[in-house]
Amino acid sequence: MDGKRESEPNAMKNPTTLERKSERELVVTRTFNGPARIVFEAWTKPELLKQWWTPKSLGITFVSCEADVRTGGTYRFVFSHPDFEQPMAFHGRYIEVTPNSRIVWTNEESADGPISTVTFEETDGKTLLILHELYSSKKALDDAIESGSTGTSAAGEQFELLDELLVTLVK
Amino acid sequence: MHLALGLPLHPARLCYILNHMVQYRPAQLDVSFAALSDATRRGILEQLERADSSITDLAEKFDMTLTGMKKHVGVLEQAGFVTTEKVGRVRTCKLGMHRLVEEAAWIERYRRHWDARFDELDKIVEELKRAERVDGRKKRK
Repeated sequence: MDGKRESEPNAMKNPTTLERKSERELVVTRTFNGPARIVFEAWTKPELLKQWWTPKSLGITFVSCEADVRTGGTYRFVFSHPDFEQPMAFHGRYIEVTPNSRIVWTNEESADGPISTVTFEETDGKTLLILHELYSSKKALDDAIESGSTGTSAAGEQFELLDELLVTLVK
Repeated sequence: MHLALGLPLHPARLCYILNHMVQYRPAQLDVSFAALSDATRRGILEQLERADSSITDLAEKFDMTLTGMKKHVGVLEQAGFVTTEKVGRVRTCKLGMHRLVEEAAWIERYRRHWDARFDELDKIVEELKRAERVDGRKKRK
C-alpha cells in the first residue's frame, strides 16, 4: 500500500485553500494524512522544517534556519535567491506555543508584519492545519498584496493564474 | 497589453470580482456598481478596451464637454476600472488592472506558494509515520 502511495503521489494530495477572511486576515487550510503530533514536529524541528519550507518552485534556499519553538523563543530564517545578491532574513518571536496544537508568532522583518497563528486539529488520525495571518490594519494587508502583485511577478503571469482560477470557479 | 485581457467587461471576470467584493467589500461593491450603472461609462470602458485615449478624444467620441467626460472618468478611476496618467498637457486614460483582480491573482499565487510547501510537508509526514511504525515494531520485539 505504501508502494502505491509513492508511485502516485498526487492520488493522495489534499487541497490547500487560501481566503481573505476579512480586511486584515488571510486564512490557509490543508489536511495532512497523519496525527497532529507529527505535523507539529515537522513544523517545529528546524532540521525537518528546512526540508519543506522552501520547495523548488519558490526559488529560495535556506542559508540558515534557527527556530527555538517555545513560548517566548525566537526564530531567524535566512534565505538566498538567485535574483538577489544579499540574503534575506525573516525573523520574529513565538508568542504562544502549545505542543501538538497551536503556535503563534510575529513576523518582524517589516514594521507592519502580521501575527501568524497555526493550529493543528486531529480527527481520525488526520490533521487539519489552519494558518491564520492577522495584519495590523487593512492597509498593511493591502500593501503586502500590492508589493507582491507588482514587485515580483509580471502581470501576464498573474492573469494566467487568474484565468486558471476562473476556469475552476466557473465549473 | 490590457487589450487582450478584455477587462473589466468579460462576464466571468466581472462575476468573480463581484463575488469577491460581496464577501468583504460591500462599500467597494457600491462604488463599482455605481460606476457601471451608466451607459456612457460602460461605453468608455469598451472604448478603452480597444485603445488608450486622452480625455479630449473621449469627450469628442461621446459628444460631450471636457468637464462632463472628466467627471465620468473620475468615477471609473475611483472604482479602479480606469487609470489616468498626465503627460505634459494630455491626460491619457487606460483600463486599470482592477485592484480586486490583482488581489485575486495575488491570493492564488500565495495559495500555490503554501500548496507547494505543504506538498513537501506531506512527504515529511509520511517519512515520520514510517519511522514511527519501524520504531514501534522494534520496541515490541
